[in-house]
Amino acid sequence: MNESPLLQCSDVRKAFPKPDGSELLVLEGMNLDLREGQIVGLLGRSGSGKSTLLRLIAGLAEPSAGKVSYLGHPISGPAPGIAMVFQSFALFPWLTVFENVALGLEAQRMPRPEIRKRSLAAIDLIGLDGFESAYPRELSGGMRQRVGFARALVVHPNILLMDEPFSALDVLTAETLRTDFLDLWSEGRMPIKGVILVTHNIEEAVLMCDRILVFGSNPGRILSEIKVSLPQPRNRLDPSFRELVERIYVEMTARPQGSAGGGRHERFPGLGIGSVLPKVSTNLLAGLMEAVAAPPFNGTADLPKIASDLQMEIDELFPVAETLQMLRFAEVEGGDIKLAEDGLAFAHAAVDERKRIFMRHLVTYVPLVAHVRRVLDERASHSARKSRFIDELEDFMSEEAAEQTLRAVIRWARYAEVFAYDDENAMFSLENPT
Amino acid sequence: MKRFEPYVFLREFATRWDVLAFVVVIGLIVFLGESSRGLLAPLSQLSSTPLSLDPARLPQYAARTTFRMLAGLVLSLIFTLTYATWAAKSERAGKLLVPILDILQSVPILGFISITVVFFLSLAPGRVLGAEFASIFAIFTSQAWNMAFSFYQSLRTIPTELTEAAESFRLSPWMRFWQLEVPFGMPALIWNMMMSMSGGWFFVVASESITVGQTSVALPGVGSYIALAIAQKNLTAIGWAIFTMLIVILLYDQLLFRPLVAWVDRFRVEQEPGVRVPDSWALDMMRRSRLIQAATLAFHAAVLRTSRAVKRRNAATPVAETRPKRSLDLFWVSLMIAVVVLALWHIVAVLIANTSLREALQVSGLAFLTMLRVFLLIALASLIWVPIGVWVGMRPRAAQIVQPAAQFMAAFPANLLFPIAVFGIVRWRLDPDIYLSPLMILGTQWYILFNVIAGASAIPAEMRYVAANFQVAGWLWWRKVALPAVLPFYVTGAITASGGSWNAAIVAELASWGDTQVRARGLGAYIAEATTAGDFHRIVLGIGTMSLFVVVINRLFWRPLYYYAERKYRLT
Repeated sequence: MNESPLLQCSDVRKAFPKPDGSELLVLEGMNLDLREGQIVGLLGRSGSGKSTLLRLIAGLAEPSAGKVSYLGHPISGPAPGIAMVFQSFALFPWLTVFENVALGLEAQRMPRPEIRKRSLAAIDLIGLDGFESAYPRELSGGMRQRVGFARALVVHPNILLMDEPFSALDVLTAETLRTDFLDLWSEGRMPIKGVILVTHNIEEAVLMCDRILVFGSNPGRILSEIKVSLPQPRNRLDPSFRELVERIYVEMTARPQGSAGGGRHERFPGLGIGSVLPKVSTNLLAGLMEAVAAPPFNGTADLPKIASDLQMEIDELFPVAETLQMLRFAEVEGGDIKLAEDGLAFAHAAVDERKRIFMRHLVTYVPLVAHVRRVLDERASHSARKSRFIDELEDFMSEEAAEQTLRAVIRWARYAEVFAYDDENAMFSLENPT
Repeated sequence: MKRFEPYVFLREFATRWDVLAFVVVIGLIVFLGESSRGLLAPLSQLSSTPLSLDPARLPQYAARTTFRMLAGLVLSLIFTLTYATWAAKSERAGKLLVPILDILQSVPILGFISITVVFFLSLAPGRVLGAEFASIFAIFTSQAWNMAFSFYQSLRTIPTELTEAAESFRLSPWMRFWQLEVPFGMPALIWNMMMSMSGGWFFVVASESITVGQTSVALPGVGSYIALAIAQKNLTAIGWAIFTMLIVILLYDQLLFRPLVAWVDRFRVEQEPGVRVPDSWALDMMRRSRLIQAATLAFHAAVLRTSRAVKRRNAATPVAETRPKRSLDLFWVSLMIAVVVLALWHIVAVLIANTSLREALQVSGLAFLTMLRVFLLIALASLIWVPIGVWVGMRPRAAQIVQPAAQFMAAFPANLLFPIAVFGIVRWRLDPDIYLSPLMILGTQWYILFNVIAGASAIPAEMRYVAANFQVAGWLWWRKVALPAVLPFYVTGAITASGGSWNAAIVAELASWGDTQVRARGLGAYIAEATTAGDFHRIVLGIGTMSLFVVVINRLFWRPLYYYAERKYRLT
């Protein structure tokens, strides 16, 4: 660790201006350094700002404050030694595999024979031999992402940035590609010196990275840093591998500092009308309660275990678990989810009883639902325009978040029959239309 | 890497495709030379060598007409690539350029001719070239706006990751334009070029034989041929002209658009499943002929070479969020407002000085009449074509035959058929207020038909099975299944048809046969008469009113309807 880092972020902050003049903070207090020979993982849920950080490093956006420097020089715009692999591959459909790969070199005005030589070498390395004249649409997802890799490697970057490169692929293909990548990396056959990998897949992070930075949301920040010193190739079934995965689950479900013993309120700071609610369907809520209530869990489940049982990624599982917690149907802590009394009752109840339980919790614990209901009760017409509530919510959150929050409330309230909503006229009412 | 080596010519002297390509290329060169001859000739030559109704002259006239179309298309393409790019790249310019484009789109095309012909004639005084300019400009105005719009929209919807990839591999702006932006916009652009072409054919006929007040020019071409045939009441000659036009459009379709559509398929970012890749013998010819292969490779190399030659911007700054200063914004907005107010004041002043309020009211009344006609005709055409379109669309084999036919009909300039109708009206003394009206929709009704066909064939098979399974039939089936499913498509078609009909009104409401004039009351006839009389102020008043009506109808009726249909009925 005596050499200087390839890349350094110090106190990076990123905020986007909102139309009303205030700003939306997405990243704060980011400190990160990447040294030669390392793969650093940025792990977090969507909205934790990890992709934003990657774009700052790629020079595709500028930090609002703080500094990103590459080889000691501040980054302003895309740097020649940093290449990126994209989640959706971002290939140009009108160029062949060869032309896609050669594009980065064309941009550098390299002599044609050199371009040809290097492109073919990169294509060769990544296992695309024979596909040179194919168009992206003729390739499977896995092959397309290989083109993405070849295109990034051909410019001989020092740093490779990967933005969830395997998440658009099926499980099997993703695994093959990861293994191939790790083989090339550990054999030192790629021209790169360091890698930054953005992911929301905990196992993928543990499998590939030397260091994992766990991100928290609202605003995006680093919760903790975890070193992975297991030797490559790593085995998912290895007890120490499982232990690490479990530990990261615990990190990611931990309550913010200062809330020890403070009850659930701190999980949702200031849970008033103004909190953003997640897009989670009642089917998912019911499904998770049923799964946790059933054997072998019988009311308490280890999150990594139930995630793999249900084949859900943390991005899908966490919002559901947290919504259950918000509704006081369950308690999430230390990498476990434990059903509360009403949660168990719900899991075992029939449809009508379920709706009654759900309605009680919804009105009691989600202030926005109570608020809408109160407004409808008070009005003689028992109806209210959607825009009325959107306006109210926008005092607290962005337009998009307000829409999402209201949609979530509508969805839950329809299930619990707390109130009705007519999308055509954007009206809330107490009665369902006939 | 491509396994073939493009420059090995001698292995085999020539393929069949080479021979075919050679013939076509030489043919094109001869055609270009033929049709551009006489451009620099003095204007007086037009009167010394009068048009002749001899069918043997038609190929030559057709060549001249086609050449004008091509020139208009090239101009439109240049306009599109510059104007739309500017509007999309500069937020500030876009604020002004996009609304301008929107207004230009609703100005009746013939309006442009009447106003600009004098200017163009003065550009090349006493030469045919000036009149050609005027004619080509008219064609340009019928093609350019929607092409520019489509390209602007494409530029605004390039997927973020593609721009980021281009950015992170540090493509120069020039390279980015040719390697990312143009290819991405290409499919929509080609489609709009085809639509533009249909509009262009309609007006090429009207724009060749120009009469504005004292100025009267008849350029050699199919349009002038028709005008002459009408003046001489020669029905056979009109038949010949229609036949020629059919062939010309067929050739355009086969040699230009089909290959383009087939070729552009590779530029689609997302491939909808089940969409059959269109095929084209002309494209096959081009691909298989090594002569043409070598030419395209050379073009490709040229693009790359210019990319290298054009200097890359020095400091790579992230383009994502360079925010213009507020004060500058304010300045820009106030400048725009000042310009608008000035222009408005000028227009109003000129109109007030030269036209009476009574006339303005009268023009509004005429506009209402025309509007009534357009809406009634759209309704009538819908009643006929929607059921037929749905029926055809549900039967893939029928759709395969009818769909191209409908598109072809839409491209065919309906005004070629007007003389026949007018002949009938004169002959049987029919009421022009009623019987001239259908002419307005003669050429545009096809948009409704082929959009509905497209909509009906896009109904998922499962949805049809469900309907069959629950024995949903008869009126219930139309109400709950077919009509909602085709609604978004229908609205698209109806919008195009409505716009086209307004444009056609100018030609359709005032028609002649020999010395007899038949006239329907409406804004179109008003503009046409003002044009013939060369009454500039009345032309402006008429065209201004028509543009206003079209814009308002679009904003208040079609656009909300479109969004409603898209939101509620689009099957995704």
